[in-house]
Amino acid sequence: MTKKLVVIGAGMASGRMLEHLIAGDPQAYDITLFNAEPRGNYNRLMLSPVLSGEKTYEDIVTHDDDWYAENNVTTRFGEKVVAVDRDRKVVIGEKGEVAYDKLVFATGSNPFMIPLPGHDLPGVIAYRDLEDTQSMIDLGARPGARAVVIGGGLLGLEAAAGMAARGVDVTVVHIMGHLMERQLDESAGFLLRRSLMDKGIKVLCSANSKEIVAGDDGRVRALMLDDGTELPCDLLVMAVGIRPSTALAQEAGLAVGKGVHVDDQMVTSDADILALGECVEHDGALFGLVAPLYDQAKVLAHTLLGVEDRFVNKEVSTKLKVTGCDLFSAGDFADAANREDIVFRDPARGVYKRLVLEGNRIVGAVMYGDTGDGAWFYSHIKDATDVSEMRDTLIFGPAYQGGASADPLAAVAALPDDAEICGCNGVCKGTIVDAIQGGAGDLPSLKATTKASNSCGTCTGLVEQLLELTLGDDYAAPAAQPICACCDLTHEDVRRLIKSKELKSQPAVWQELGWKTPNGCHTCRPAVNFYLLADWPLEYQDDPQSRFVNERKHANIQKDGTFSVMPRMWGGITTPDELRAIADAADKYAVPTVKVTGGQRIDLLGVKGEDLPNIWKDLNEAGMVSGHAYSKGLRTVKTCVGSDHCRFGTQDSTGLGIKLEKILWGSWTPHKVKLGVSGCPRNCAEATCKDVGIVCVDSGYQIGVGGAAGMDVKETERLGDAATEQEAIDLTVAFIQLYRENAKYLDRPYKWLAKVGLDWVQERVVDDLDSRAALVERFEISQSVYRKDPWAQHVETERNRYAPLADLTLEAAE
Amino acid sequence: MSWIDIAAIDDIPLRGARVLKTAAGCVAVFRPTEDEAYALSDRCPHKGGPLSDGIVHDRKVTCPLHNWVFSLETGEAQGADEGRVDTYPVRVENGRILIDGTALTRRHAA
Ligand code: SRM
Ligand SMILES: Cc1cc2nc3c(=O)[nH]c(=O)nc-3n(C[C@H](O)[C@H](O)[C@H](O)COP(=O)(O)OP(=O)(O)OC[C@H]3O[C@@H](n4cnc5c(N)ncnc54)[C@H](O)[C@@H]3O)c2cc1C
Ligand code: SF4
Ligand code: FES
Repeated sequence: MTKKLVVIGAGMASGRMLEHLIAGDPQAYDITLFNAEPRGNYNRLMLSPVLSGEKTYEDIVTHDDDWYAENNVTTRFGEKVVAVDRDRKVVIGEKGEVAYDKLVFATGSNPFMIPLPGHDLPGVIAYRDLEDTQSMIDLGARPGARAVVIGGGLLGLEAAAGMAARGVDVTVVHIMGHLMERQLDESAGFLLRRSLMDKGIKVLCSANSKEIVAGDDGRVRALMLDDGTELPCDLLVMAVGIRPSTALAQEAGLAVGKGVHVDDQMVTSDADILALGECVEHDGALFGLVAPLYDQAKVLAHTLLGVEDRFVNKEVSTKLKVTGCDLFSAGDFADAANREDIVFRDPARGVYKRLVLEGNRIVGAVMYGDTGDGAWFYSHIKDATDVSEMRDTLIFGPAYQGGASADPLAAVAALPDDAEICGCNGVCKGTIVDAIQGGAGDLPSLKATTKASNSCGTCTGLVEQLLELTLGDDYAAPAAQPICACCDLTHEDVRRLIKSKELKSQPAVWQELGWKTPNGCHTCRPAVNFYLLADWPLEYQDDPQSRFVNERKHANIQKDGTFSVMPRMWGGITTPDELRAIADAADKYAVPTVKVTGGQRIDLLGVKGEDLPNIWKDLNEAGMVSGHAYSKGLRTVKTCVGSDHCRFGTQDSTGLGIKLEKILWGSWTPHKVKLGVSGCPRNCAEATCKDVGIVCVDSGYQIGVGGAAGMDVKETERLGDAATEQEAIDLTVAFIQLYRENAKYLDRPYKWLAKVGLDWVQERVVDDLDSRAALVERFEISQSVYRKDPWAQHVETERNRYAPLADLTLEAAE
Repeated sequence: MSWIDIAAIDDIPLRGARVLKTAAGCVAVFRPTEDEAYALSDRCPHKGGPLSDGIVHDRKVTCPLHNWVFSLETGEAQGADEGRVDTYPVRVENGRILIDGTALTRRHAA
């Protein structure tokens, strides 16, 4: 006698299962198929091409009415199963009961909706079925329509790209620091974000949604973020994850954890009930991609037919179905010891590939831009192939087992013709290449014909690379000193490329400039972090993890791991109250050494790391701020007593020193910067050996730059003279900004001056008044972000950085 | 093994570290990627530098005092320097960091 099989859910998994079952034995079961959606099985994956207009719904139907009829499947579409009575062995649908001998749960999953205020407003949808897809398609028909997508994972991005393809103005809001963080690392995330932005999609990362706002018509009007930003929208798509649909199984009394529990044969805790697809949990694992579901479908059909089989969960791979965003990710990037990375970047083609190796096996692969070898790597992951033999050339894929290495010229080759190479003289790549092709075959003749690298010289490396690129083997560029082993470019080249390619994040630099490591090292990270914040003060966010501990913890680390704390004393002036507060703090925190420094202030040495926020708070309360004794930034402005007290003083040197310190403090610079202001040429503030030293004279101010009194000793050179205090301040600020914008990280001003020449600096700071004003203005823009006391900020928001993560001293002793 | 839940992974900044106090001494817990954590003794074998204050890059850390570089996975010093830091088993599950308590006490007893 034919047994009765009832299947709940006509989705991807059950469709495939029915095919296997009917192919195995068409007579074995009398089948009834329920589906809550008013239609039969279709290819859910293909909703994205339907949304973007590349396919129609008809194209993606997998089983049509004829198929069900031919195979004697009774369909009850548009009818939800409301209960299962296991005692009577019947399934209760909205329109009546059906008896079963065997029952299959294939109920899939439900999209998770974040319970933000307003999540149930009309116009807030998920992305799961044809109805959702249709809402998005309809939106595209409205001129000027706007949509917000919450969630920068696979589904959210496919929804965003699909709507954008239909002319909708789309913003993606993602809570993590980069897109698709489960499948991609930061570099691939950066490339993906850039491709999406090229399609006109706005992408906000690290953005927290707070509330969905209703309009007058009661529909969604905007999404509000927790920083108060409002993103107006006519439709809001939430694509933040799925939850297995288990309510029905749970009510029926089956064993349910996060999903419906099944064994290796896909049988639930009831021997007559089986389950598969996204609604199940197998050996602790849940499912969200179809590949393993197809394996389950085969096993489940075999079990129903009495054929022995077992389900084994394998690694899955992901591809994003967005035209123009070619990415692939497979395997596992997390949580295991002894892993190594192989990274390949080709900035010219926008290609990034990364393999994660564990021992002799590949365990994970991410690639962007060129995913042709994805399947090959994926098969090695699944088969756990021993790759030790081909390790050296592995990253180049199966076709390239010859092993060309990454091309150091790729970044320069990728520059567009209008990219500015020489900033001083405004010469772009196209002009230089034309000149080379016109016969300028070496650096001197190029300088003569184009003026490129004729001034400050920091672009020399790039110009030489262009010579090498254009002339090929005919030109051998002198070997330049790269920043570190992570990349082939010099500091100067990296600085120039950050500007001309408008690179505004570290992953952007790593990718576009061909870094050979996943995220740099202790040498290049602080340099790149500085270059980015100096060039894009408003856009780039400083990265504490790319800073040496002193700058991360705003104190100098000592040989025993304690820290020193040095509050600012503006221009070396202090008060009895400040001194009392310093003395109190020294007592309270048992500071072992209190020392007067060479920089006219007081150092509290030997403070415990955990105490830092506490001692800062006490000093803040007495009106003191960080002295930045630890920073590549402004340290001190040393002054003498000047005209207020001294019988020789010509100007108010103390007052000018304090003014300068108040303007300059908090700014980050390539290396530390120290100033001195002396009231007369007797020079008691030692101004003539400072990075900038001002000597007051009767007629005004003499401004010297590039002095040194550390490892080298050198007298300042005269930048220029100023008649007024304001002019002295402007010259100083403009000089420091020029230094910030151009010098190599860890070059003090005197070293940088030796490279670019005093003339070059004078042209920009002294002679050209527009240029001086522009430098001062750019400095002020940067200071709008950085002229803040980091101690007060850390006391307020970063306290826990200084506290231990946890204290197990008691637990472990038990 | 006895796994002790010590903190959420997000309590440590990406490519940062925090200190865990234990009876066996301070342990530095590192987060080199979004969802990985490693635990090493917080004392550099060179001159006792606090590794939790170092710069984290790839799956390595650079000691803040004299720039020795250590693998977070094995604790071995990299390059020409020779030395090794104790490592402790750590797992990340559902966004929480778990450390093997037995390993901590064993080191203590030894
Ligand atoms: C505290 C102080 C010594 C003192 O007790 O007086 C000091 C202490 C340190 N100096 Fe200095 N310097 C101090 C004034 C100086 C001076 C004199 C001055 O500023 O008038 C110089 C010569 C001028 C100069 O800046 O070149 C000076 C030239 C250096 C150098 C060499 C820099 C160079 O370019 O040649 C270094 C090394 C470096 O920065 O790379 C250095 C580095 C250091 C460090 C930060 C070493 C380190 O990296 O850990 C010391 C931190 C000690 C600690 O544990 O806190 N220190 N150092 C002075 C703090 C001044 C302040 O109030 O901010
Ligand atoms: C837009 C989109 C794109 C995707 N792209 C990819 C991709 O590129 N690659 C990939 O591997 N995966 C992709 N997925 C995921 C993939 O579609 C799912 O993993 C797969 O569809 C799950 O199959 P399933 O049979 O378990 O559930 P479903 O296909 O969801 O089917 C379950 C069905 O059961 C019905 N149902 C639920 N409860 C009841 C009830 N009580 N009574 C009656 N019927 C009920 C539901 O209405 C539904 O039709 C994508 C998903 C979406 C939404
Ligand atoms: S001179 Fe400066 S760096 Fe050298 S020991 Fe003294 S404080 Fe330290
Ligand atoms: S103490 Fe770590 S390198 Fe010296």
